[in-house]
Amino acid sequence: MITAGLDVGSRTIKLVLFENEVSHRAVIDSGLKPVERCRRLLDGRSFDKLVVTGYGRDLVAPELSGATISEISAQAAAVRYLYPDAGSVIDIGGQDSKVIRLNDKGGVLKFEMNDRCAAGTGKFLEIMARALELNIDEFAKTALEAERSVTLNSLCTVFAESEVVSLINKGEDAHAIALGLHQSVASRLTSMAKRVGVAERLVFAGGGAMNPCLVKLLESRLGLKMTVPEDPQITAALGAAIIAANGKHKE
Amino acid sequence: MTLNANEQMWSDLGIDLESHGQLMNALGPIYGEIYLSQENRPKGMGFYDFVVGDIHGIRVKELREHAKEGGKVVATYCVFVPEEFCWATGAIPISLCAGTQFSVPVAEEVLPRNTCALIKSSYGFKLGRLCPYVQVSHLIVGETTCDGKKKMFELMAEQHPVYVMEVPNKRGAAGRTLWQQEVRDFKAKIEELTGNEITAENLAGAIKKVNARRKEFKRLSALRAADPAPISGKDALLATQVSMYDDVDREVQMMQALNDELEERVRKGEGVAPKGAKRILISGSPMAIPNWKLHHIIESAGAVVVGEESCTGSRFFDELVPEGTENLEDMLTVLADRYLKTNCACFTPNTERLDDIIRMARDLKADGVIHYNLQFCHTYANEAVQVDRALAEAGIPLLRVETDYSDEDAGQLKTRIDAFLEML
Ligand code: SF4
Ligand code: SF4
Repeated sequence: MITAGLDVGSRTIKLVLFENEVSHRAVIDSGLKPVERCRRLLDGRSFDKLVVTGYGRDLVAPELSGATISEISAQAAAVRYLYPDAGSVIDIGGQDSKVIRLNDKGGVLKFEMNDRCAAGTGKFLEIMARALELNIDEFAKTALEAERSVTLNSLCTVFAESEVVSLINKGEDAHAIALGLHQSVASRLTSMAKRVGVAERLVFAGGGAMNPCLVKLLESRLGLKMTVPEDPQITAALGAAIIAANGKHKE
Repeated sequence: MTLNANEQMWSDLGIDLESHGQLMNALGPIYGEIYLSQENRPKGMGFYDFVVGDIHGIRVKELREHAKEGGKVVATYCVFVPEEFCWATGAIPISLCAGTQFSVPVAEEVLPRNTCALIKSSYGFKLGRLCPYVQVSHLIVGETTCDGKKKMFELMAEQHPVYVMEVPNKRGAAGRTLWQQEVRDFKAKIEELTGNEITAENLAGAIKKVNARRKEFKRLSALRAADPAPISGKDALLATQVSMYDDVDREVQMMQALNDELEERVRKGEGVAPKGAKRILISGSPMAIPNWKLHHIIESAGAVVVGEESCTGSRFFDELVPEGTENLEDMLTVLADRYLKTNCACFTPNTERLDDIIRMARDLKADGVIHYNLQFCHTYANEAVQVDRALAEAGIPLLRVETDYSDEDAGQLKTRIDAFLEML
C-alpha cells in the first residue's frame, strides 16, 4: 500500500509518499490558496490513502478526501519510526512550537505547545532575520559566529523587532544581536521542555531543526545531545503517511 | 423609529440599543451553530433553547414586573454569595453573564488589557449598558475572591450599587469566623434592601428550594456517568448557566423533566455520542454564559464532556445546605459553612479541589481531564501545577489550556485538543 502524508503548515506544505519507506518527498510554499497547491502537489501521484496534518488540515482534508491527524501525533509517529528508542521530540514549526514526551510504546504521553503568541516559533526567527536583512541561513550562521550576545528584553515579535532596529541604529554588532535572538527562542523552548520533562533520546524535528545555532543552544541549555533527522522539515508529513498506513486517524 | 416591546423595555432600562442589537444579532447564529446543530438532543432542552432564543426578553420582563411590584433583584457573579437570603426575603437573585468577548473592548477602555476575560466582560456589560439583567438589578454583590475582581468592583460601584463580601484566603478558624460574620452582614444587607426580615421559617423554605435545584443537578451529574452519555456537555453546561439566573422552582421542574428523560435514555442505552466516545472532564475557571467555546471544540472533535469541576458545574451544586436546623442562628452557621466548602482556587491551601477532580474523573469515567483556565487568572493557573501533579499520580491524563473569550486561538486550541484526544 502506498500512503500519502500532507503537512499543511502556515509557511510551507510538505508531501511524503510512503511505501515501507519514503518514496517521494516535496516541499512548497503554502501561498494564499493552500488547497490548490496541495492538489497540484498530488497531481499525477498515485496512492491508496491520504492523511493530512498541520495547521490547514481541516481546510484541506475534506477537499481531497483525506483523513486528519494533529501535528503532535504525526511528529510522534514519524520520530518513533525513525528512532524506535526516542523518548521526546522538540518541534519548531512556522507558527507553533511543541515539546512532546513519548511513552515506551511510542505514543504521546504529554505535550506542550506555545500559546497564541509567535515568540519561540519559526515565524519569530524569520521576522528577526528580515529585520537584520539576512536570509534564514545567513541569520543562523551569523549567530554561530558571534563572540558575545546582547540580551533582548522583549519576547514579543512586534516589540523585539523594534528593539532589533534600535540596536542596529545604535551600532550594535549584528552577530551579537542574531545570537541574542536565537537565545530568546532557545530559552522559551527550554522552559517548555522542562515543564514537559524531556527524556533521551531527544529528537529535534520540524523546520527549526535545520538551524544549527538553535541545535547548539538547545543542547547546551538542556544538557542533552539532540538527534536531528536527515530531513527534519518533512517529519510531520512522514508521520501522517505512516499513520495513514497504520490507522488511528480521524476519517 | 418604532420600538418593539422588548426594545422599549431595553430602552427604558437604559440599554445602548445599537450595541445591544449587534450583540443579539451575533448570538442567534452562534447559538444555532453550536447548539441547534447537535444531533439527538434530549427534548427537555427545548426549554433552554426557548430561554436563550429570548435571552434578554421574557426573563427580564419577569424581573421588571417583580421590581415594579416593589420586589428586589440581586445580581451576583460568584457561587460564594448565599442566594438563600434573597429567596427568603422575596428578592430574586440572578447570576450575571460575563462570558462574551462582545463586552470586552468597552471594558478595555478602562481596565488593563491583561485582566481576566470574566472581569472585563462583567465590567463591559455595565459600562457599555449592554445587559438588561445588570440594569434591572437593585444591587450587585461582589466578592474578594481575586484581586482583579476586587478592584473592578470598586470601579463598578461608580456606576451601580455594589456590595462586596469578603471571602477569606484560608479555611482555618480565623477564616471561618470572618466568613460567618460576612454571611451575617450580608443577611442584614438583604434585610435592609428588601425591608423584610429573615426568619427561621422563611430561610428554611429558601434552603429547601435551592437544595431541591442542587439535587436535580446532582442527579444530572450522576446520569452523565453513563456510557453512552445521555446528554452533551454543551447542553448540561447550558442548563447550569441558565439555572443560575432563572427562577429556582421553575428550574427544579424543568430539570426534573430533563432528568426523567435522561434516565429513560440511560435505561435504553441511548446517548448523544456513540458508546465508547472519549469522555472528558473539564476542570477550572467558570464558564459564564454564553461561553461555550471549549465544550464546542471538544465535542466537535467527537468526544463528549461528561462533567465540569467548576463554578458553572459541581461547585454550584455539589454541597447541600444541611436541612433540619431549627433556630436561625444555627441555620446561619451551617449555611455559611456550606459556602465555605466551595473549593475555589482563591483558598490556600486548596487540596480539597484536587480530591474533587480525581473523584469526579473516576465517578464520571472520564478518559482525561482538560484544565481550563482563563488567561490572566493567576489562582487557577498556578493551582494547575498541583492539579497536574495530582492527576499524574492518579494516572489520569491531563491537558492544560489557557484561553479567553476571543476566537483567535481556536485553531491552536483545536490542535491541542485533537492531539489530546488522539493520545487517550
Ligand atoms: S472560581 Fe472562585 S471566584 Fe470565580 S465564581 Fe468560582 S468561587 Fe467565585
Ligand atoms: S477567573 Fe480568576 S481572575 Fe477571573 S474573576 Fe475568576 S478568579 Fe478572578
